Amino acid sequence: MTTASRASAPAVEMRDVRVSFGPVIANDAVSFSVEPGEIHALLGENGAGKTTLMRVLAGLIQPDRGELRIDGSVVTIADPQAARRLGIGMVHQHFMLIPRFTVTENIILGNEGDGSVLDRQSAAREVRKLSEAYGLLIDPNEKVENLTVGLQQRVEILKALYHGSKILILDEPTALLTPQEIEDLYGILNRLKADGTTIIFITHKLKEVAAVSDRVTVIRRGKTVGERITAGTTGQELADLMVGRGVSLTVQRTPATPGRIILSARNVTAKPIHGHTELEIEKLDLRAGEILGVCGVEGNGQAELVEVLSGLRRVQSGVIEVNGKDMSHGDPNEYRAAGLSYIPEDRHHRGLVLDFPLWENVLLGNAQGEPFVHNGLINKRRTQAVTRNLMQEFDVRAPSPNTAARSLSGGNQQKLIIAREMFRDPDVLLAIQPTRGLDVGAIEFVHKELVRVRDAGKAVMLLSFDLDEVLDLSDRIVVMSGYRIAGEFVAGDVTRNQLGLLMGGRTSNESAAD
Amino acid sequence: MEDFFTLDLLTRILRVTTPLIFAALGGLICERSGVINIALEGLMLIGAFFAVAGTYWTGNVFAGLLIGMACAMVGALIHAVWSITFRGDQIVVGTAVNLIALGLTAFLVKAIWGAAGGSDRVHSLPKVGSMSILVPVAFALVPVVAFILFRTKQGLRLQACGEHPQAAVSAGIDITRYRYLAVLSSGLLAGLGGAYLSIGNLNYFTLDMTNGRGFIALAAVILGGWSPWGALAAALLFGAAEGVQVQGQSTPGFPISSDLMVAMPYIVTLIAITLFVKTRSGPAGLGTHATTS
Repeated sequence: MTTASRASAPAVEMRDVRVSFGPVIANDAVSFSVEPGEIHALLGENGAGKTTLMRVLAGLIQPDRGELRIDGSVVTIADPQAARRLGIGMVHQHFMLIPRFTVTENIILGNEGDGSVLDRQSAAREVRKLSEAYGLLIDPNEKVENLTVGLQQRVEILKALYHGSKILILDEPTALLTPQEIEDLYGILNRLKADGTTIIFITHKLKEVAAVSDRVTVIRRGKTVGERITAGTTGQELADLMVGRGVSLTVQRTPATPGRIILSARNVTAKPIHGHTELEIEKLDLRAGEILGVCGVEGNGQAELVEVLSGLRRVQSGVIEVNGKDMSHGDPNEYRAAGLSYIPEDRHHRGLVLDFPLWENVLLGNAQGEPFVHNGLINKRRTQAVTRNLMQEFDVRAPSPNTAARSLSGGNQQKLIIAREMFRDPDVLLAIQPTRGLDVGAIEFVHKELVRVRDAGKAVMLLSFDLDEVLDLSDRIVVMSGYRIAGEFVAGDVTRNQLGLLMGGRTSNESAAD
Repeated sequence: MEDFFTLDLLTRILRVTTPLIFAALGGLICERSGVINIALEGLMLIGAFFAVAGTYWTGNVFAGLLIGMACAMVGALIHAVWSITFRGDQIVVGTAVNLIALGLTAFLVKAIWGAAGGSDRVHSLPKVGSMSILVPVAFALVPVVAFILFRTKQGLRLQACGEHPQAAVSAGIDITRYRYLAVLSSGLLAGLGGAYLSIGNLNYFTLDMTNGRGFIALAAVILGGWSPWGALAAALLFGAAEGVQVQGQSTPGFPISSDLMVAMPYIVTLIAITLFVKTRSGPAGLGTHATTS
């Protein structure tokens, strides 16, 4: 092979790759090619097979068939060590870090140097040198358990670089980051690119493709369905490719017509889940026919606010009223009876019992009486019939009401929760990160549903860490910072920037001055 | 009472602490690799029995010691195969090994010596002063294990297997190999602890002569926060409780009833665990496996 042809060979090339797990085919007929020194986005919905495909490159999965080429040469990648030798490093979505180890220990693990005895000091020096070279500043001797998620990600990236990776795969790297950390990550990736590193960026978010990638490959149901130069395509085209049909990316909605106050909180204080700062809510109202967006950096009292408003957490002082009734010391059952429904943040832990069939999940929280319970006994047949209707109405794709909730995709699980909560015909709906981890098609559904609920004259509270989502859907916006409401705005009267500054802890006056 | 606090008490404490140190170091290595080992008790018993049987067969006490350790390693191998390769529940596997050890040694005592209660007398290991040669060995092993665990590449990898098996796999570490080696080491060390009981401290085997020491060693691992020095300190605490009990029983006119004194080491164990263990936690991946896909 001549030098010229080597230089023009793709850094990574996968031809006709097929991966199966027993009868399930995760990837089929995949062709994927990444040029050296580019940032290449691998875009697809959840479960499309993006991660599986990249695990093949990382040596964690063996394909049934297909050809892998690195820098033009055909290779087999039998195990993670082989991937390392080929210069391939992967930063997994769930970090492969050991919390009790130091940064250095995590980085050198598996590549500790010659001899049996560890030389931590010189390893730490090397890590420091590397971290300074790439602007990934970090204390090599700090324990990983003391680092923020953003810094832990740096450790993962440093780990890959330390092992000599020239091809860096990042699996949904922004999933757990704050907006600022995401910006930092983009900066890091661009620096790495300038240094000649080839980067594969797995994501299901169109925004990220546009923000950081040079080229993008779209994968749907295990197959590659298209490759585009990022600058030469549109979000709409990519979304349609990804979902396989036309999807609407923007939320269609008419101006709100706010009605009476359905839920109000006055001078409410509550103890925090962790730490010492108390939640203090001076005034918060949810009105009929209006979506109230709550934004803020995670860990500024949002979790406490939700628990207080749903009866899960005791108030220390203050008054919460639902439909004019004092609920301050109510339990979740009483809140539900008063007309409150709740889409929890974590559908696996709080939203569903995953091993229960769908019809039993529909029963949860609805088992006080008719139509599901008659004379203290569950009417199974009727519950199943109602579940079947709800599945149709809310487009929950599952074989039957007897299917276990676990076997549904995240989007279908969320639709089931929404169906259950709406079946109660509530007056207030608390929607907490309702689209977290969902793909474009399911997000579209959830957004439409929230607007529909609003238009039916219900009060909706949307709490999300995705500022764009809050801006897109809300009629009114409150910002939470430091366990308080730091500002309240009518949507349209406030810019993204102003909200961002408030979220970062600036006061309302300061951010108005900017 | 002046008969109570004597040099005799100190050597007694060192003597009863020794088997706990061996077994605790074995248990610690095993648990650091991510495998729960409640089979220490049974492995000690196997070691104790076969050390005597081996000495009886070969007439050489050192050969007996090696046979005892080797047989405990075979017991550990059973634990490893079922808990690592077959991914059996580690508590169930450990319990099975304990029961097998109890039954097997009882059966063999009868088969070999024809007596129900214990073996014939054999030679015992040489002594330094009034103590078995294994006593200083046990104490010397503590820094050795600490060094291997915290200062070597292999120790770091072993810890990784126990803390986050998936991360270890993705770092290219063969966790199956490390876990097998760790479980086998625990067999070797628990076997050494058992052999100490039979041919170190005494010169015969009696039924169930470990009498819960394997479990106390496990408690020492936990109380010591899965560190060798911590385990040593905890073993010394439990050893002191037992030493005081034995000394008290043999001191005429000791004011506490001997029945109460027998329970003391266990009471000290319970109190110590309630007081100190809450804030500690073991390897994060203890009892878990790496997923294969």
